[in-house]
Amino acid sequence: MTKKEIGSRLIDWIDYRLPIFSSIKHSLVDYPTPRNLNYWWNFGSLAGFFLVLQIITGVVLAMHYNPSAEGAFASIEHIMRNVNYGWLIRYAHMNGASFFFIVVYIHIFRGLYYGSYKSPRELLWWFGLIILLLMMATAFMGYVLPWGQMSFWAATVITNLFSAIPVIGDGIVNWLLGGFAVDDALLKRFYALHYLFPFLIVGFVILHISALHTHGSNNPLGIDSGGPQDSISFHPYYTIKDLFGLSFVLTIFFLVVFYAPDYLGHPDNYIPADSLKTPAHIVPEWYFLPFYGILRAIPDKLGGVVAMVSAIFVLFLLPWLDTSKVKSATFRPIYKKIYWLLVVDVVVLTWVGGNPPEGYFILIGRIATIYYFSHILILMPIIGFLEKPKKLPSSIAGTVLKQKRENVDNNV
Amino acid sequence: MFSKFFIRFLFYIFSIYFLYISLSFSAGKSFELYDIKFSFDGIFGTFDKPSARRGLQIYREVCSGCHGLKFIAYRNLTSLGYSREEIKNIASEYEIEDGPNSEGEMYLRPAVSSDNFIDPYANINMAKFMNNGAAPPDLSLIVKARNYGSKYVYSLLMGYKDIPDNFDSLNGYYNKFYPGHIIAMPQPLYGDDVEYLDGTISSLEQEVIDITTFLTWTSHPEMVDRKKMGFKVLVFLIFMTGLLFLSYKKIWKPVKDGSI
Ligand code: HEC
Ligand code: HEM
Repeated sequence: MTKKEIGSRLIDWIDYRLPIFSSIKHSLVDYPTPRNLNYWWNFGSLAGFFLVLQIITGVVLAMHYNPSAEGAFASIEHIMRNVNYGWLIRYAHMNGASFFFIVVYIHIFRGLYYGSYKSPRELLWWFGLIILLLMMATAFMGYVLPWGQMSFWAATVITNLFSAIPVIGDGIVNWLLGGFAVDDALLKRFYALHYLFPFLIVGFVILHISALHTHGSNNPLGIDSGGPQDSISFHPYYTIKDLFGLSFVLTIFFLVVFYAPDYLGHPDNYIPADSLKTPAHIVPEWYFLPFYGILRAIPDKLGGVVAMVSAIFVLFLLPWLDTSKVKSATFRPIYKKIYWLLVVDVVVLTWVGGNPPEGYFILIGRIATIYYFSHILILMPIIGFLEKPKKLPSSIAGTVLKQKRENVDNNV
Repeated sequence: MFSKFFIRFLFYIFSIYFLYISLSFSAGKSFELYDIKFSFDGIFGTFDKPSARRGLQIYREVCSGCHGLKFIAYRNLTSLGYSREEIKNIASEYEIEDGPNSEGEMYLRPAVSSDNFIDPYANINMAKFMNNGAAPPDLSLIVKARNYGSKYVYSLLMGYKDIPDNFDSLNGYYNKFYPGHIIAMPQPLYGDDVEYLDGTISSLEQEVIDITTFLTWTSHPEMVDRKKMGFKVLVFLIFMTGLLFLSYKKIWKPVKDGSI
């Protein structure tokens, strides 16, 4: 008996009792995937990569980190200066969080363009949004851990938001803080939860993927796969494409990690937390800026909090708010245009969120906030009814190969 | 096909650039700093070690009276080219409180290489009291903790000017680059403040470049290693990306042809 046979018999033996190998084969090798996915479909696997990177670098950081108001800041400096390659681990974790958000935001906007939230993918969309919420909580709590000035004041501002809740608000704030001010108790619980939440995210990622594999990926045409001629196996076609995408994004990632590691952060977070000195501008990390923009666009505190939270919760309703029968924006002449308005709107909100709420920024922030909600709550339902979609192609394979022939004709 | 890819690629680059511009505006730059080039700028920049060593001399003779450097240990100075013997000598010039000893008493002993730089003040209240209510910040991270780090520190130290009439001089000194312009720190360097051990002429500009180089090193002691390693990693990744792109094209050819 050759070695190989022993190996494969072992695999068979295990697989008969616990079918891990056949399920890997089923969902990562044979898994039939539409043949026409473009590069926007790379971002899901990229998000998975950054989740794993965060967990690995995070566990190493946790081995050296000291979760106490007295020692947290110094322990980060210990990691940066004394731990072997500690600076690399920490810079990768810091910037990994940013890249995780970039990748996930692009992933979400991909879904928005191609109508990937529509039946039968509503739960898939919901799991994605739950992951986004968990990510935001995780990143916010992580940002508090270095216990710099921005950590401290961001924690103060955000926990304080809960006091806007009528009657029980102040009680909730004290309960969250574990005291009457942002201090050691808060840091310790944030650390515990910051360690826990990524594993909850892993759980929801598993649900997300299971839901995905039930009906398969959507595709740029937004029409259902008609049969084997429309699909190719995941391996090797999409494994190699995802690897190429990963390598490309890692190049940009490491460019930042090695040459501009503090570019995405805020210099004030290298000043130790000081409860007596408020920084000139308290700004959250860039990935929270659009929501911060919405929060401050509303002159009332409670109203601002409600608007900010709603900005994500309305997305849960999208499968029903979007009344169009057609998924892909490619075939929706009006929606296709206003989609880009939404993208610009979110960029504007990011910009407003990063600036002090004065002068023109207030007005621009309000207009952008109104547009955000009108887009989702009013324009999407109405356009779905009014718009006359273009004729849908009859099959994926037919369309792809026809395009191919036209390209060849043009080139000759 | 490829040109379409290229146009899209340009589009992404422009969107990222746009975001970058808008974000960097939001960082707020209210006054122009001096446009100075340092030895450690750029992808291949490294610390000018003699300059950083002169910076250490400035720190020890001028700044250390008011500012601590608590995240730096004397032993870290090896990366500026000091020998163990020299470091031992530098450390032993300082006294440090240690203890309790076997009789329960705290005692003073000379610092050793593994100790961190000692703070000039026993606590923050004393630091404030001695400086008109403004505690001098620890300088270990000063370059990282300010926008435009090294350029800012350089400009700040060069930026002391006579107080204009419309400023109240009571609680500080006028500095062109300090936010709000009134700073509690008296001008620390004028030129000729130290006699350099290596014989370099201690003009103001020279002193400021040297201390800035030293303080950039204290903020980013890993910088040179980081850039070297980054270069190797990036060369590898660019090569990898190219290779994976070619494999991708090759593997997908039958799919694109329609033969699968
Ligand atoms: C007489 C005491 C004293 C000496 C000597 C001194 N400083 Fe300061 N320094 C201060 C004080 C006080 C502040 C706080 C200023 C404030 O908050 O207005 C300060 C602040 C600073 C800052 C921070 C400015 C900012 O943006 O907040 C830097 C950088 C600095 N000093 C560098 C130096 C350097 C470099 C030297 C040595 C060449 C030096 N200082 C010598 C007292 C001193
Ligand atoms: C969803 C994945 C995660 C995200 C988005 C995330 C995000 C963050 C962020 C934004 C910071 C602050 C970085 C800084 O400014 O220094 C941080 C710090 C930290 N994280 Fe995470 N993290 C994740 C997973 C984890 C995991 C799984 C662990 C531990 C097992 C962990 C441990 C730590 C520690 C110890 C710190 C403090 C060190 C530091 O600030 O650099 N993280 N995290």
